[in-house]
Amino acid sequence: MTAPSRESQEFEPVYHHYGPHRAGLPPLVPYFRELWHRREFASEMSKATMRGANTSTFFGQAWLIINPLLLAAVYYLLVTILQGSHQPALFTHLTLGLFAFNLISTAASTGATSVTSSGKLLINTAFPRLLIPLSAVRTAFFRFLPTVPVYLIFHIIFLPRVWHPVMILSLYFLATMVLFSTGLAAFFAALQVYFRDTASFLPYFIRIWMYLSPVLWLPENIGHMSKTIITVIELNPVYSMLGGYAELIQENRIPPLSLWLTATGSAIVVALLGCLFFMSREREFAVRLT
Amino acid sequence: MRSDPPLAVRVEDLSITYRTTFERKPTLKQALVRFGRGQRAVKEIEALKHVSFDIRTGTSMGIIGANGAGKSTLMRAMAGILPPTTGSVEVWGRASTLLALGVGFNPILSGRENIILGGLASGLSMAEVEERADEVAEWTELGDFIDMPMQTYSSGMSARVGFSVAVHMKPDILMIDEALSTGDAHFREKANAKMAELRKSARAMFLVSHGMASIEEMCTEAIWLDHGELQMRGEPEEVIGAYMKFLKIKKSGSSTEDM
Repeated sequence: MTAPSRESQEFEPVYHHYGPHRAGLPPLVPYFRELWHRREFASEMSKATMRGANTSTFFGQAWLIINPLLLAAVYYLLVTILQGSHQPALFTHLTLGLFAFNLISTAASTGATSVTSSGKLLINTAFPRLLIPLSAVRTAFFRFLPTVPVYLIFHIIFLPRVWHPVMILSLYFLATMVLFSTGLAAFFAALQVYFRDTASFLPYFIRIWMYLSPVLWLPENIGHMSKTIITVIELNPVYSMLGGYAELIQENRIPPLSLWLTATGSAIVVALLGCLFFMSREREFAVRLT
Repeated sequence: MRSDPPLAVRVEDLSITYRTTFERKPTLKQALVRFGRGQRAVKEIEALKHVSFDIRTGTSMGIIGANGAGKSTLMRAMAGILPPTTGSVEVWGRASTLLALGVGFNPILSGRENIILGGLASGLSMAEVEERADEVAEWTELGDFIDMPMQTYSSGMSARVGFSVAVHMKPDILMIDEALSTGDAHFREKANAKMAELRKSARAMFLVSHGMASIEEMCTEAIWLDHGELQMRGEPEEVIGAYMKFLKIKKSGSSTEDM
């Protein structure tokens, strides 16, 4: 639905007033109104990018399913070799965490290059630039969706008795991850404009971050570690998001209130900071990208 | 006395300053190296200084000036791409801009997908864009190429797509920067005809060009910018004359194109 205020403008000249930005930020109400009005642009850009990414490959769109399956196979092998035996619980935990973490890391990495790779569109057209990283988050989310049935199959096979209505609550933690990813995508997209090697550093940063997140290990495995490492791990915002998500799905237990609060708080803070940083820099994109 | 036609664009005391880097590709490594040497690669550019003018409906305005005079910055400011540092810009109507030509918007997507994205980005709804996409595609005369990735296009072909998108989105205000310098003779002719048609339907048109002949031919008014300052505004012949005199170049048949 288009906002009614815009409908009525169809019959009158559209009036634009461009003035200096206050404190480096564009006027927020018109900014977000325009952003909402052009949301189809973000979704269409994400759809086109996803279509374009796999069209030249043999399996085409099937890669969306093949990718998570291969990823799970690689880590199954890793876990089985490291542990010396078949570990269904650890394996299902690993796939759940890995797929969810991939949502965040894909959003960050596609977000990072999203602005610099849409140069000509940016130079030619005035629109809220935040749509570009948002479109990258949408792409990451739609790449994540096919992993859900893949995970559910593992869950049915390896954790057949672990089903409970509270699993639905895990969607809340998924939402915090999407919000968190939005902040990261916006932040790295703006940073990439200034430092073009951001996207090259990012994979290493993400790899380290993944090891500090409860993806390859279970929260109960780290009890013996030093106090400092545990503090670092607990300060990691993904710890509470992934922790709550996994606890609900794989243990059918409602996580403690602190986990809900830290997950929500860090998602909101990161999303706000990332988007505000992006918006405060976006005026310069048109001159920095020539 | 007949009342004047309504305003299309009003620029008031517009100044634009921006900071940019003189590096081709800014990297963290470069930043660290410079930081170690105590240098900065950031340059502050005063692209426009206290420019004021207003344009009434029905005007087609030529903008002339040397390279770096602020012509493109002025267009970007009027299109809302580069907000003012001080002063204000008011625009009555939807602007369609063709400010940078060359390689397509997103090279892995097809021409048609780029047309749709361009339309959506400029604020049209999906229905409006779909309604126009075929018309735009047909105008480019690219045939089957329109559904191939734009990385397979020649520069002339992507210029056609860019131009076609800009002129078919039913703009109230059309801004064109050096559009006529690309493409083959057939495309130029077609583009000229389309622009003449748009001059009638659009509320106002802005044309940046170093081709003085096209400014004289297509525009009803002209402004001359130099180092970000508005030097003169008036009839195209007058302004071009003054600009030529300024450049100390005798106006002759051979020198009127590509100044």
